[in-house]
Amino acid sequence: MWDHEIRAMASTHAILAASVFMATVLPAAAVPGFSVYGTHLLWLYSVSGAVTAVSVAVFWLLGITPPAKKHTVGYKLSRLFRSCLYFFLSCLFFHTVVVLYGAPLIESALETFSLSVLLTSLTTLRCLCVLGPNVQAWIRVFSRHGAMSVWDTCLQITVACTLVGAWVGAFPIPLDWDRPWQAWPVSCSLGATIGFLTGLVAAPAWIHFHRKQLTYKCK
Amino acid sequence: MKVRSSVFASFILILEGIGVALFLRGFFPVPLKSSVSSKNKLSDLPVEPLTGSSPNSSRLPQPLFKRVVIMLVDALREDFVFGPNGRMYMPYTRHLVERGSSHSFVAKARPPTVTMPRIKALTTGTIPGFIDVVMNLNSPALLEDNLIWQAKAAGKRMVFYGDDTWVRLFPKHFMEHDGTTSFFVSDYTEVDNNVTRHLDSTLKRDDWDILILHYLGLDHIGHISGPHSSLIQPKLMEMDDILKKIHSALISKEAEGSLPYLLVLCGDHGMSETGSHGGSSEPEINTPLVLLSPAFKRKAGMEKPGVVEQVDLPPTLALGLGLPISLNSVGRVIPGVLEETSLRDQLRFLHLNGHQLSCLLKDSVPDYEKEAGFEQFRVAEKAHGSWMKLFLEGNTSEVLSNMGKKVLKQYVEALAAMSSALSKQLGKYDMYSMIAGMVFVFQLLLVLLLAMPEALSGDAAVELPVLSALLSLPFYLMCLLLASVHVLVCTSAESSCYFCSLSWGLVFAAVAFSSAMFCILVSLVTRRLPLGARIHGKSPLRSIVSEWSLSELDVLLLAGTVGHTLSLAASSFVEEEHQTWYFLLNTLCLAVFQDVCRKYFREQRGTGDEEESILPSKDPSPKAEIYSEKWLALATPPFTLLCCRLLRSLNQTGVQWAHLPDMGHWLNSSEHRTVLSLLAAFCLVFIYLLVQRRCSWVSKVALALGLLGVYSYRAAVGNVLFPWQHSGRTTSKGTMEARFVYVFILGILFTGTKDLLRSQIITSDARLKSRGLWEIYSGLVLLVTLLFRAHNLPVLCCCLLIQTLMAQFIWKKLHYDAAQTTIMHYWFGQAFFYFQGNSNNIATVDISVGFVGLESYVEGHLLNGPQHLCGAPTLGVPPGLLPQLTERQEPGCSRPWLLLSGPAEVCARCSLHRAGDHSALPSLHMERLFTQITVRGHAPAADCGGLPLLQHHGAEPHCQ
Repeated sequence: MWDHEIRAMASTHAILAASVFMATVLPAAAVPGFSVYGTHLLWLYSVSGAVTAVSVAVFWLLGITPPAKKHTVGYKLSRLFRSCLYFFLSCLFFHTVVVLYGAPLIESALETFSLSVLLTSLTTLRCLCVLGPNVQAWIRVFSRHGAMSVWDTCLQITVACTLVGAWVGAFPIPLDWDRPWQAWPVSCSLGATIGFLTGLVAAPAWIHFHRKQLTYKCK
Repeated sequence: MKVRSSVFASFILILEGIGVALFLRGFFPVPLKSSVSSKNKLSDLPVEPLTGSSPNSSRLPQPLFKRVVIMLVDALREDFVFGPNGRMYMPYTRHLVERGSSHSFVAKARPPTVTMPRIKALTTGTIPGFIDVVMNLNSPALLEDNLIWQAKAAGKRMVFYGDDTWVRLFPKHFMEHDGTTSFFVSDYTEVDNNVTRHLDSTLKRDDWDILILHYLGLDHIGHISGPHSSLIQPKLMEMDDILKKIHSALISKEAEGSLPYLLVLCGDHGMSETGSHGGSSEPEINTPLVLLSPAFKRKAGMEKPGVVEQVDLPPTLALGLGLPISLNSVGRVIPGVLEETSLRDQLRFLHLNGHQLSCLLKDSVPDYEKEAGFEQFRVAEKAHGSWMKLFLEGNTSEVLSNMGKKVLKQYVEALAAMSSALSKQLGKYDMYSMIAGMVFVFQLLLVLLLAMPEALSGDAAVELPVLSALLSLPFYLMCLLLASVHVLVCTSAESSCYFCSLSWGLVFAAVAFSSAMFCILVSLVTRRLPLGARIHGKSPLRSIVSEWSLSELDVLLLAGTVGHTLSLAASSFVEEEHQTWYFLLNTLCLAVFQDVCRKYFREQRGTGDEEESILPSKDPSPKAEIYSEKWLALATPPFTLLCCRLLRSLNQTGVQWAHLPDMGHWLNSSEHRTVLSLLAAFCLVFIYLLVQRRCSWVSKVALALGLLGVYSYRAAVGNVLFPWQHSGRTTSKGTMEARFVYVFILGILFTGTKDLLRSQIITSDARLKSRGLWEIYSGLVLLVTLLFRAHNLPVLCCCLLIQTLMAQFIWKKLHYDAAQTTIMHYWFGQAFFYFQGNSNNIATVDISVGFVGLESYVEGHLLNGPQHLCGAPTLGVPPGLLPQLTERQEPGCSRPWLLLSGPAEVCARCSLHRAGDHSALPSLHMERLFTQITVRGHAPAADCGGLPLLQHHGAEPHCQ
């Protein structure tokens, strides 16, 4: 059963990683003058759009999302609405954190917000897909020994990798090299994407090698 | 031997101080000197080389110039004259540079680009070090051999107008002088008019030989509004007019047959893009050097100016005036200036310069014979001799001039090689002293760490095995080993070494001490190890491993400290170090926030099966209180983050983004003075509320009056407004108001000390002790409030507030141990250092702090004993250990090694210094270290890092 889940996870992650690559390559063919540095915001939106669409589709097809208690249309709509609300709130949250880290408040607000959209689509969206709009569950998963399934562990790893990637991405900004990727927010968004891809690879691998030690409490 | 732990701690701290002093002595290169007060004399000059002998040849050739006018414009940047805007800024000068009989160069000034060291460089030809910056503010007379002294000794009559640093450096040297003080930076017209007003009468007279003018206005404009301000152009036009006036006066005086004049236009240092100076960036070190004289060839058009060192000017001037070159000069004569003289004289000039350099090289480099330059000089001298022989024989063929040119070339190459060897020598560290100091510091630190559990236990005494160590065999073996190492190093030393120059007794004491420490260390280690095994009942290895379990916070603290150390290998990270600290601090706050969330939300859900300790439930506090406490604890980290973000926009520092507008400038502009006044008043009230809580009522009243005094001081100086008077009052120095505050500071400190002593001696009352500590703390806060600039008061306010909140809701409630808390304090302290607008650039040292309440600058304020060292960033740890040693409770003994990260950082930094092949890096680091020491030395308590620790300490006994 575990092997099955790990295999499912690996293939899901492969699809997600492929979507990131496609989101980089396809617009380059479609839009003239597209480049990761030059038209950075466009690349950023295309990656977050692709990751959003693919994760929603894949996780819905896989059916990991906790089953709805009621099957009324109204309940489903309210869940959808709450998910959208959470998505937006999470964007605002990331935006605030990035501003606290020292991003200019007004000057490049669009860039900062785009970065927070990317971070949200790489981290929060996955939580929404796996756990649903349920804050209690989120708190449980992200506390110290709170993982209750393979998917929870996987979520922890990818989210941590993405955030650490974005964090590390801020390092080269003060260097005086004058490279295009030092412009705000290129290095951070690249860092986050690379971190995310690393997380996609690392999570199934880590779970595979630690499957003997992993024991989950009540499911 | 049993020692009380307080005695032990102070002993260790004093010795640490000595170790660090030794280290710093090695770190700051000593100026190289053949001997301090000896001067080069005409009679000492070498004879003109000649194979065979001839009388009357040790005289100098005929001087080139009769009169010299040196016009020094402070902070004149190279592009103000030679740049594309030069034509617009200084049209006459530019015309002379392009068409006149002139030589123009870009003279490179060495860092520190501050006026006094630059004046020293321009007169002595040496390269003054960073230590000289301290002397910049209160310059004593220059005793070294220098151009001015030589000129006076040769009977030249000198006149000086301008910056009074010159007058203080060269007292009684000038026939006539008028100094202007450069401290009132806001004045940029009067300082220059004071110089120019003498000019007309002086230029008409004939009774002087050297005229020196030092104009300060441009530098002041740079400090006020930067190099692109609209004030720059009129000022430069004014300078241009003055130059024109001098030049035409000199031309009109020019008489047939007599020697020509020389007019020198130069800058002492440049100006960075923000208008400051002191560092080593390109615009700061590039200054123009324009020499005007009818003796030079007329120029045909604009050429790219050649690059020379600033120290090349003094030997050139000395030779041009027929004076001996000063002994310690490392400069080489500018060959272009000599071009028009006869070949014999040219060779003679170069020979004189070469001889002086080779003497200096002989004195300062032990294996000087291996230096390429020295060898070249010997060869050239020999060739010169044979040329002279031919010349005196009356040979005038082509061969002679070709040979002469060859000798000339050899001389020029030799001079270049020797000069660069000497400059390199100046930049060398004294490695042996550095290592010795480092070893001391580490030994002491290890002893301190090992003795910590014992010192903090109930009987508060440390058992030091001194006697057994002194009588053991290893002790004598170590002594022997170290002594032999010392002898070996000192006899084979390549360069001068401070530790070697100490007397034998002192060195032996140091060797004995070091080996005793080593033995004590070993015996302490052996005593600790089995003890650990017995207590835990497991193998010692296991217990050590279990100690090494890390929480996320520990990982962050360690990774942050290590990462910061590594980041200092890149020069941009040194320049922008504040960014690193802000970034780390933010991350720290987020990590703490996560910890807090985990604690409180966990509890709420009530998963009792976790091993994490839940709030001690024995105190029956009502539920509402717990809730408010919870929300306050949850709100603290976000609030801290918000504060840090706001403070960050208060002062822009660093290099890349320093020019961006910030709140500090906005507040300091005159139209926002009301806002600044309100803000300052609010901050003062807030500081009072935060600090007064636990003081006695006498101190409370004194504190309130003191803070009122601070406000009136700021009003008197003109920073803020009194509500009842809006204008029409001239700004004074506010000496009276500041002294008023000083009285209260002393009073509060006195009360605090009295309380502390009483609690120690008469009654051992914890409450009294806590009150005494709080009073001392509030006295220091008052001092800092006085010394902070008005717009920086919010920084202090936030510092105190954050500290209070953190101590109350986070550090205690989350059971952070002393090691973690200390490192966090260190990080906060570093960040608050930069929040005040300080940076690693020497130009941001705020010297105005040294004047508060004083009629004139007092250096003692700056070089103020040990505080000055304790504030240095490299020593963040010893003050951190203090509260632990005196707290007398079980602090973070579980992980004392966390504290080791501090000294490890120092060590790693030193190795980085050696490894760093980036040439600018050592000087950057030196600047960094120096700036931080100076800023913290200036206002010992202004280092926010120290304050929270004291408060932490002060808060402790009360809560026990």
